Amino acid sequence: MGPAEWAKRSLISWIDRRFDPEFLTQLQHLPVQLNEYGYDPFGFSREDIKVVLWFSQQLYRKYFRAQVFDIDRVPDGRVLVIANHSGQLPFDAVCLACALLLDRQPPRVLRAMIERFIPTYPFISYLFARWGQIIGSPENCERLLEAGEAILVFPEGARGISKPFTQRYQLQAFGNGFMRLALKTRTPILPVAVVGAEEQAPAINVKPLARLLGAPAFPVVPTPPFFPIIPYPAKYRIYFGEPRTFLGDPDDDDDVIDSLALQVKNSIQTMLYTGLKERRHVFW
Amino acid sequence: MSSGEAMTDADAPPRPAPPALAPAAPDPPPPEETSLLPGRVVVTGISGRLGRLVAQRLHREPGVRVMGIDRRAFYGKPKDVEHLRVDLRSKRAREAFRGGDVRALVHMGVLHDPRVSQAEHYTWNVQGTQRLLEYCEKYDVRKVVVLSSANVYGPSPTNPQFLTEDAPLMAGQRFPEMRDLVAVDMLACSHFWKNQQAETVVLRPVHILGSVTNGASDYLRFRVAPTLLGFDPMVQLIHELDVVEAVALALRPGVRGIFNLTGPGEVPLSVILRELGRPTIPIPHFLAEPLLSRLWRWRLTSFPVPEIDYARYVCMVDGTRAHEQLGFRPRYNLRETIRAVLREQMPPPRDRKADR
Repeated sequence: MGPAEWAKRSLISWIDRRFDPEFLTQLQHLPVQLNEYGYDPFGFSREDIKVVLWFSQQLYRKYFRAQVFDIDRVPDGRVLVIANHSGQLPFDAVCLACALLLDRQPPRVLRAMIERFIPTYPFISYLFARWGQIIGSPENCERLLEAGEAILVFPEGARGISKPFTQRYQLQAFGNGFMRLALKTRTPILPVAVVGAEEQAPAINVKPLARLLGAPAFPVVPTPPFFPIIPYPAKYRIYFGEPRTFLGDPDDDDDVIDSLALQVKNSIQTMLYTGLKERRHVFW
Repeated sequence: MSSGEAMTDADAPPRPAPPALAPAAPDPPPPEETSLLPGRVVVTGISGRLGRLVAQRLHREPGVRVMGIDRRAFYGKPKDVEHLRVDLRSKRAREAFRGGDVRALVHMGVLHDPRVSQAEHYTWNVQGTQRLLEYCEKYDVRKVVVLSSANVYGPSPTNPQFLTEDAPLMAGQRFPEMRDLVAVDMLACSHFWKNQQAETVVLRPVHILGSVTNGASDYLRFRVAPTLLGFDPMVQLIHELDVVEAVALALRPGVRGIFNLTGPGEVPLSVILRELGRPTIPIPHFLAEPLLSRLWRWRLTSFPVPEIDYARYVCMVDGTRAHEQLGFRPRYNLRETIRAVLREQMPPPRDRKADR
């Protein structure tokens, strides 16, 4: 056993002592298929998610003090979780995954679709896979839905996460790929509104710099280090909507699919406004 | 020997196994066991390790006479196996077919030695395969089984996790030296369409482990394994005897098509090395390439630089079709498959150098 292996083992046992034993038994019964070495076909590993869950739990409970509403609406079996994406840094995805693991009974693994360039970077290339994240291709998504998993999709994509502070809580244009997938696999769609993430990094977008770097955006925040690395501790409120199964032809015209996607977008927008009305302050 | 089924966790509650993710879990009854096509079976590359295993598997089948074509000597040849010791490209290879009693061709004599020149590769693989398929057409061979590889899809960061048989063969994109292997696969596929009365089977197995000499097995036999720092792709493995069994399945009458062959499951590369007890040296990927290219130039390694990508990105395939249509089930589990590289099952061929 090498030193790295030893370090990993002792970290896992340290974390095991800190988690509630009942929760650990629930983790043992996660509805995923693991082989004799403890990996699923996409590289997910229960031991690895335990480690990252311990650290993100601190963010979720203590830093963002996330509050979830109607989490019992998350169904068993296959589901597409559609949420608004915001805040320059993808902490909304972290908190959603934590919500499904920590606050839902029984816990579920939420698998997010990651960008195609991720596998070319060292460390995150395999760590993201160990945590259950998958490359965002329709084939992968379909395969996991067939296996009855929960998949997180942000139809706004980069347009959403990198939008400036002035456009907070205004949903950007939705892609319609998720709707075609849902129609094809008859998957219920669960709209989710994340309130709070939009204020974690109030940025302006320096467009000339973004164009120069070829990036979708170049956000600048008012506090050092001026680039969004550390989010503000805004309070997260996560609203789960009613799951809804759409029926239709997955190969229909874009207009038809777009109108269905618009229905999902509108229900998320409504939940966002309700959530904003209910909250008293950004930070508590 | 345990079956490669039901790899769910032991203490997990029973639940309906979804079909797409667990091709091995629900065992539908395999297609009824019909024996192989009787008659003469020509096996190319019979003196290779996999070829010898195939010969051993086939020659006892009732009614099957095995004839090998290989320019290398065949050590430990069973008495009833004929061996035509000729070059695949030479005219004498036709002699195997002249009698007109050849029922099936198993083509596994594909040359893949990175040190051999590209010209040699092309004439051997592309021309040789082309000739063989012409003989098959001319002498009415009704069954052609070509052993290709899942590596023809090529590793890529944009690959979906599981490639189906319809995925384009992109291995040549980053690894031009592999284009002849892609060409062999495509020749076989075109024979499938062109020669409709023949049953053509193209098998694309994932990394074959065992006593065979191929990139994957050789790499896992290193005392200390170099890895890429920060990369740990999922890989698929298959035991050499499972591949032999798949060849036998493909030889049954009525089977035709292109099949990915997957073994007992998917594991990260690091887990395989840990199972084998290999210490690793993680090398940053930006150093690995120049380092390997120097070692390659100084002839200190048999791994060409583009093969690094197989330790970096996924190149995994979906074996559902072979499971359903071929009735293929891997018999060795993950641990047995990984450990197969440790066993020396056959004496090493002594005249490898002389035959080249």
